[in-house]
Amino acid sequence: MTTPIIAMRGIVKTFGAVQALRDVNLHLMPGEILGLVGDNSAGKSTLMKVLTGAYTRDGGDVLVNGEITHFKSPHESRDLGIEMIYQDFALCGNMDVGQNIFLGRWPKRFGLFVDRPKMYEEARAVLSRLKVDVNSVFQKVESLSGGRQQSVAIARAISFNPKVVIFDEPTANLSVMATERLLETMSELKRQGVAQIIISHRLTDIFEVGDRIMVLKRGENVGDRYIAHTTEREVLELIVSGTPETALTAEEAMKKAA
Amino acid sequence: MDDLSTAGRHRSESGFTNVGRAPWWQRGFFASQTAYVVLAFLIITVAISFVADNFLNPENLLRTSQNFSYVGIVALGATLVIITGGIDLSVGSVMALTAVVTMIVMKWIAETALGFVSMPLALLIGLMVAGFIGLVNGLLIARLKLSPFVVTLGMLSICRGLTYVITKGRSQAPGGPSVDTFYALTNGKLFGLPIPLVYLLIGAAIMGFVLHHTAAGRHIFAIGGNERAAALTGVAVERVKIGVYVACSMTAGLAGILMSGWLGAAQANLATGYELTIIAAAVIGGANLAGGSGGPVGAIIGAALIEVIRNGLVLAGADSYWQTAIIGMIIIFAAIVDRLRSLRAA
Ligand SMILES: Nc1ncnc2c1ncn2[C@@H]1O[C@H](COP(=O)(O)OP(=O)(O)OP(=O)(O)O)[C@@H](O)[C@H]1O
Ligand SMILES: [Mg+2]
Repeated sequence: MTTPIIAMRGIVKTFGAVQALRDVNLHLMPGEILGLVGDNSAGKSTLMKVLTGAYTRDGGDVLVNGEITHFKSPHESRDLGIEMIYQDFALCGNMDVGQNIFLGRWPKRFGLFVDRPKMYEEARAVLSRLKVDVNSVFQKVESLSGGRQQSVAIARAISFNPKVVIFDEPTANLSVMATERLLETMSELKRQGVAQIIISHRLTDIFEVGDRIMVLKRGENVGDRYIAHTTEREVLELIVSGTPETALTAEEAMKKAA
Repeated sequence: MDDLSTAGRHRSESGFTNVGRAPWWQRGFFASQTAYVVLAFLIITVAISFVADNFLNPENLLRTSQNFSYVGIVALGATLVIITGGIDLSVGSVMALTAVVTMIVMKWIAETALGFVSMPLALLIGLMVAGFIGLVNGLLIARLKLSPFVVTLGMLSICRGLTYVITKGRSQAPGGPSVDTFYALTNGKLFGLPIPLVYLLIGAAIMGFVLHHTAAGRHIFAIGGNERAAALTGVAVERVKIGVYVACSMTAGLAGILMSGWLGAAQANLATGYELTIIAAAVIGGANLAGGSGGPVGAIIGAALIEVIRNGLVLAGADSYWQTAIIGMIIIFAAIVDRLRSLRAA
């Protein structure tokens, strides 16, 4: 029994009157791709932000490699190799592609001055490694289309050489071609042993690359299945009419089916 | 140079035949509002030199450059604040408060055993007062997330009020053994240039370097572009914001001290209403109040443009009250040009 790289236990988060998360559990094994699905406002993004430290939890534990953590900001989770691509990208439109990829950690000369040639050189390398077709690292991000901006955000996250990557609806703005490339990138990252969580409303994408899928409904776990042992139809049913009582773990569901 | 060649190489690698790199006149400095204002500045200068023949007289040019240096120095600091998406309305009052505190402290220390260092000590204390006001502004804005407009509007009133309370409305002259050095440092000449202009140029050079070549400078732009993104990527948003308000207040303090050297004394009504001219200078020079753009060249050109117009109107014998109206028109015109430019680029 290997330890999960990420384990979240009994997570509770409220925003005023809204109970966004009620006793939610999640685990992620090394090198695993987990799909996270659920209706709008089910709490998917909130759960991931609790994981990275963008939000502080009201209750529950977050364990990384079996150890309890208390991230106060995404900066701290990044130090442990956890990287998230936010639904709303989080880029600076007034700066160019190269600077955005290195936002907040520009390569330095003498520990003080930004080393521009090196920055653009490395940015170009990351983009071509990902086959992201941004025409120039000097282009201002606000002049890119939404899909390209998303590609830049993804390039940015991956350039940190993370151990865990969280994608929050990465394919929502992407063309068919760009989606294919992203799914390829995810498989490639998986081969390199990077564990990933992908939030998506497009089950097809998750079924193409995922190992396991987890369903949230109104802030509660309502199901957990191995992709190999479930169907899009069953998952849709869980999203629409799952209850905490019928949740089961992926193991239980597999045994029950057998 | 290096940029051009590598960009060309990159373009041929990626298969994007419909997107190249913008031609040189549509990117970098040439595409910025600052470049347009430099052009406008040159045209207006030439036009004024035809209307008023005394204008290009070296004597007049030096006087003009001294006049805009005070606004220019503070416009540098104000530009930093504006790049982060903030605003500082308290600068005019900070100029006055710093000036009177410096004068009073200088006279006061001159009578103690530390009299021989009364001037440097007074300058230090004056600038520390200015820095402290900036720190309070910054803490309220960055930590308590109060609106910069409201905080600095309050601070405008507080500082002006304190200035009158301290001076009881009387003007404060510098005193002590080093008065002559004080005047030399604040109102003298260096290499034939008025000394405030020298401070302005040094300040602008430092600011340009910090903004473009240090991580701190890039963080200022990142915050102005998308504060949340900057925070998520680990930029110390609070610290940077507090820093720009401190820097802005200190430029105001310095300009206030310089101005009192020029006027011979610090009056309680020193620099009343200057905040608007200062912000106007920054904005005309290309600082965008929405945050994310601006720079030292723009701040200087904006300040210079305002002064050149004022001076030109005086020399041409026009009613100097026109100045205010014309500056207003230029601000709006600059905003229109900026809008048209970004529409075309998009
Ligand atoms: N910062 C916030 N302040 C207040 N309420 C919030 C905040 N963030 C999320 N919520 C609330 O928490 C609930 C869960 O939101 P969340 O964004 O996690 O949903 P989601 O599953 O990601 O939905 P979507 O598919 O639309 O992205 C919603 O009811 C939302 O209104
Ligand atoms: Mg979401």
